Amino acid sequence: MANEVCFRTLHLDEPWTLESYLSVGGYQSLKKILTEKIPAEDIIEQVKTSALRGRGGAGFPTGLKWSFMPRQSEGQKYIVCNSDEGEPGTCKDRDILRYNPHQLIEGMAIAGYCIGADTGYNYIRGEFWEPYSRFDNALKEAREAGYLGDKLFGSDFNFDAHSHLGGGAYICGEETALLESIEGKKGQPRFKPPFPAGFGLYGKPTTINNTETLASIPVIVEKGGQWFLEHGKPNNGGTKLFSVSGNVNRPGNYEIDMGTPFSELLEMCGGMKDGYKLKAVIPGGSSSPVIPGDQMMDVTMDYDSIQAAGSMLGSGAVIILNDKVCMVNALARLSHFYQEESCGQCTPCREGTGWLSHIMHRIEHGHGKQEDIDLLDKVAGDIMGRTICALGEAASMPVKGFLKHYRDEFQYHIDHKKCMVGPGSK
Amino acid sequence: MVTIEINGQQVEAEQGQMLIEAADKAGIAIPRFCYHKNLSISASCRMCLVEVEKAPKPMPACATPVADGMVVNTKSTYALAAQKSVMEFLLINHPLDCPVCDQGGECDLQEFSIGYGSDKSQYAEIKRVVKDKDIGPLIATELTRCIHCTRCVRFGQEIAGMRELGATGRGDWMEIGTYIEKSIDSELSGNIIDLCPVGALTSKVSRFTYRVWELANNDSISAHDCIGSNCNAQTKNGEIKRVISRQNDSINDAWISDRDRYSFEGLQSDDRLTKPMIKKDGAWTEASWDDALQFAVNSLKDIKDKSQIGTVCSPSVTTEEMYLLQKVMRGIGSNNIDHRLRQSDFRGQDQDPLFPGLGMSVADVAAQQAAILIGSNVRKEQPIMGHQLRQASLKGAKISFVNPVSFDANFNVAHEFTIAPSQMFKELKVLAKVALENSSAGAPEGLAALVSSVKVTDEHKQCIAELSDADNSMVILGTIVQAMPNYSAMRILASYIADASNSTLSYLTPGANTSGAYLSGLLPNRTQVAQGEFANTDGLDTQAMFAQKLKAYILYGIEVERDLDNPVQASQALDNADFVVSLSAFVTDAIKAGSDVILPISTITESSGTLINVAGIWQSFNAVSKAKGLSKPGWKVLRVMGNLFNIDGFDYQSSEDVINELKSALALENSQSETSRATNQLVWDCPENISAQTTDIQRIAELSIYNVDAVTRRATALQKTQDAQVDVAKINSALAKKLKLEDAQAVTAKQADNTAQVTISIDNKITDNCVYLSAGNVAASSLGGGFDTIELIPA
Ligand SMILES: Cc1cc2nc3c(=O)[nH]c(=O)nc-3n(C[C@H](O)[C@H](O)[C@H](O)COP(=O)(O)O)c2cc1C
Ligand code: SF4
Ligand code: SF4
Ligand code: FES
Repeated sequence: MANEVCFRTLHLDEPWTLESYLSVGGYQSLKKILTEKIPAEDIIEQVKTSALRGRGGAGFPTGLKWSFMPRQSEGQKYIVCNSDEGEPGTCKDRDILRYNPHQLIEGMAIAGYCIGADTGYNYIRGEFWEPYSRFDNALKEAREAGYLGDKLFGSDFNFDAHSHLGGGAYICGEETALLESIEGKKGQPRFKPPFPAGFGLYGKPTTINNTETLASIPVIVEKGGQWFLEHGKPNNGGTKLFSVSGNVNRPGNYEIDMGTPFSELLEMCGGMKDGYKLKAVIPGGSSSPVIPGDQMMDVTMDYDSIQAAGSMLGSGAVIILNDKVCMVNALARLSHFYQEESCGQCTPCREGTGWLSHIMHRIEHGHGKQEDIDLLDKVAGDIMGRTICALGEAASMPVKGFLKHYRDEFQYHIDHKKCMVGPGSK
Repeated sequence: MVTIEINGQQVEAEQGQMLIEAADKAGIAIPRFCYHKNLSISASCRMCLVEVEKAPKPMPACATPVADGMVVNTKSTYALAAQKSVMEFLLINHPLDCPVCDQGGECDLQEFSIGYGSDKSQYAEIKRVVKDKDIGPLIATELTRCIHCTRCVRFGQEIAGMRELGATGRGDWMEIGTYIEKSIDSELSGNIIDLCPVGALTSKVSRFTYRVWELANNDSISAHDCIGSNCNAQTKNGEIKRVISRQNDSINDAWISDRDRYSFEGLQSDDRLTKPMIKKDGAWTEASWDDALQFAVNSLKDIKDKSQIGTVCSPSVTTEEMYLLQKVMRGIGSNNIDHRLRQSDFRGQDQDPLFPGLGMSVADVAAQQAAILIGSNVRKEQPIMGHQLRQASLKGAKISFVNPVSFDANFNVAHEFTIAPSQMFKELKVLAKVALENSSAGAPEGLAALVSSVKVTDEHKQCIAELSDADNSMVILGTIVQAMPNYSAMRILASYIADASNSTLSYLTPGANTSGAYLSGLLPNRTQVAQGEFANTDGLDTQAMFAQKLKAYILYGIEVERDLDNPVQASQALDNADFVVSLSAFVTDAIKAGSDVILPISTITESSGTLINVAGIWQSFNAVSKAKGLSKPGWKVLRVMGNLFNIDGFDYQSSEDVINELKSALALENSQSETSRATNQLVWDCPENISAQTTDIQRIAELSIYNVDAVTRRATALQKTQDAQVDVAKINSALAKKLKLEDAQAVTAKQADNTAQVTISIDNKITDNCVYLSAGNVAASSLGGGFDTIELIPA
């Protein structure tokens, strides 16, 4: 079954309105928690049972993350929603904001309840004008209807949320850069430790979760952790939104059970476009290593299987490449992206992403040298594990992945100063 | 304490310390670029990556807290691989033309690349080029060399308190700059040159005048304010080429002010005096030392009534000179000796403490929880004190000001009472009233009546409450209040406020060595202290010496028209005198006009000597640069004068002999380098209740930052900075409206019969009905007292 969690309003007219949301049982989870005074520990336990893992890319277990917060300690704490959605290929959070914003608000409120925060911020990608105003309107509606504000449902719990339009940089999606950006500073990741759970927004304990993670919470509370878990596999609970793009007939967002075979997902998307063959898949956003098509056909769509295949589920952006795609050209494009998006503060990433991009540009344009292939591998390796944030890895892993499976195409480019794949490509 | 292991060596470290600090303490070198002890951690250059057992990745030593039992290797193959790769990354876009770079020879990048770099680069791309920026007269940029360590940026945010530099752009397009083209105006800006690990930021004044390996390092002491910042004056062939900071955690941390860094330029000024000169029949001729000294001494001997001789000395010369100068004068029977050039109210002088100081160490200021500064532009007068106060403020200290100008602060000011100088006494009465109301001790005699008519506001109450509630707090008398006509009355009130609020009464004093002047007895009202005692004498203070038009004057290190509170009065007295001897490092028309003999003495850096800072720290130093021409260290000149006058006890062989004599008189061990800080608090003596006229327009004079002494006045780069542009009369828009004056209008400023041509600058930081016309600049030299009434007449 599809569209049971984040997209559960999608079948309605104007699914984003409060009315639509209420019609599918919206805000009932929050109401239940507050009126029945369900302890936060119990909710966190449910979330742990659900095996919900962070949908922002790293896949960190959400219940565990919440339990790190010094919930009992006095003072301001924050819940921050990450709707920066910058990972190339990913467009799922945008549709949650556009079609089901209230569910996100309810999820933020429940998260706030669980971690002891009375204030939430939603950091929305700078280019998302329409989703931003949808979400902002939803906040107004919720406030007016009493789902946000003081003493919610007659309880002692106060919660309000605010939207923040992002700075327009990929790096602002990295959680600590995001916090800096909300604070009005240049979006640059902070060195950790200290971690946000101890020193977050304005120096206060903060939990940051992805839009999809938070939007899943009301349904988990309503139907129980076990229900959610059973939609997926152990350690890979729930349904997941996949943003499928590339050479398929029906690209788009699909909310399906975790563990669904890739082949079924490809079928849902109407199969390969124009009858071309599947060459490769980038299964979890541009940062995840590419997997050859044949191998992918045996993989199921969940964290553990994709990891076993040598890549990552990441943000769930599935990029389908057909056999007309030149892998050198594809990597050149990706490397250019990371060069542009490195924040520039740490040496290996600042200098390394530029270097990778320069080498790729050269190979792509027929000026590659034999040593360049090993050099690419070395530079990528020298970045990995030596940077402040994971953008260093994000830039290196694709290089490693492309070289692992398609080294011959790189070699061909260097030897023949043109593409190995047929006419039509460079 | 925890124990960790670094490279097989057991190292003790404090809980919470970062690995790099523990390693530094144990003498284990870890390469670094972005880390700096006095700045926040950015952990961005990644040069300090080391291997930590059980860590999944190499860890930055600058940002990894120690933990008991941690096993660290800074030199394993694993650690070295990380360090080498970072070095390679740093070098790919860095120009490899060290021979033409000013930093060559002292560049961290160059140095570490020898240890960690590879001799062959695999980088085949075009290197990044960054356009240089003009950030003012002091600092040169070569931003292509920048390695993005952000030390300069963090310095601005954290220390200077001005976000003047930032990193714009992302990735390898990131650039350091000011965003819009502007100059860097912080009074501490030059420190970013010391901080920059590469040649991206260098000194505009010094660069390309030496190669680093040609420079000799000389530990020295900055002589332009009362802080005594430690510096390294670097010389080539006996000439100072560059001054950089020298760490001293109890005084200046790692910083020096721009004034301390760039003033040395004034040493090479064209008007340095290189030979003794004698005026005969109105014409100046060069003379030998023997002739000139003999002439000076004979002429002084001719003045039979020694109370007709007045001696005025700069507060910024060495203690040795001060001590000998007063010894010579007292030896010949004159007590008219003073160093208080800008003070005009001496009524309280017999209450002066042993030396007016901070009452604590300079660094202790950063630990205060509250302070009120009375009459002080601390940031520009003593930039390092401004830094310490800012650090206190960042930790939450409440710092307030009572001032005639709302000076720019680089921290949050708790309360600001901006009032005309004539009204400051009243303002202090208000604060004293609050203090009295809060105090459980009885009111000192007369105070209740004195403050009965003033009205208290909530803001005054808060301000005093903050002082009282603090565990440690200060009431600071700045140099501006010390120059005001009603200083003694204000000081008594300040002392009461400090007493009642359990705060330390502190002074920030003029020049570099007011402490030395007091301790060596360069005062008309008391002799030098011997075994804790001094005798009272009845000499004339500076003001009286010039007002009474004496027969002879000795001017020591002084430019009359710029150093004195009332330059016109002083010049007239000199014109009228029979004989004037100037001991000076410079010769100007004004000095010639006012003197009969000029003796060339060395500047501070050309002589050995001792400065005593505002915290009572004695800091001795050697001569750093070669004397100019035939000029001689002042103590030697004074020794000869003592001998020529046949005064006993002038057989010193060295400046140490002089300072040791003073130390033993003060019962200070020779090895001791600190005078204990006796309390500054005064005995209550109810001041007269003066209610000042409020209708006259009053002048506000402050010795502006780059006008403080003869050397600084001649430092050309400093004179080009924004802070040096003070040759204007500043008034607020209300007064401008009242007087129908406009910004940039030329006017005649008039004090009594004295006039000067000045330009109006409208500045609402100036309080009502006042004209801010700083002292020490050219326009002020033809005017009268710094706080006298003034008129502005459209030209
Ligand atoms: C370069 C970079 C970009 C990122 N961009 C996003 C993003 O756009 N949205 C997002 O949710 N997480 C992003 N992340 C991951 C966040 O740092 C963080 O792990 C996540 O928001 C946590 O939420 P989750 O636990 O719910 O996944 C990014 C991480 C990196 C290193
Ligand atoms: S890894 Fe890249 S993006 Fe992340 S902090 Fe370092 S320079 Fe910035
Ligand atoms: S200019 Fe110098 S101090 Fe500033 S970031 Fe660049 S290298 Fe560092
Ligand atoms: S010195 Fe540690 S990262 Fe720069």
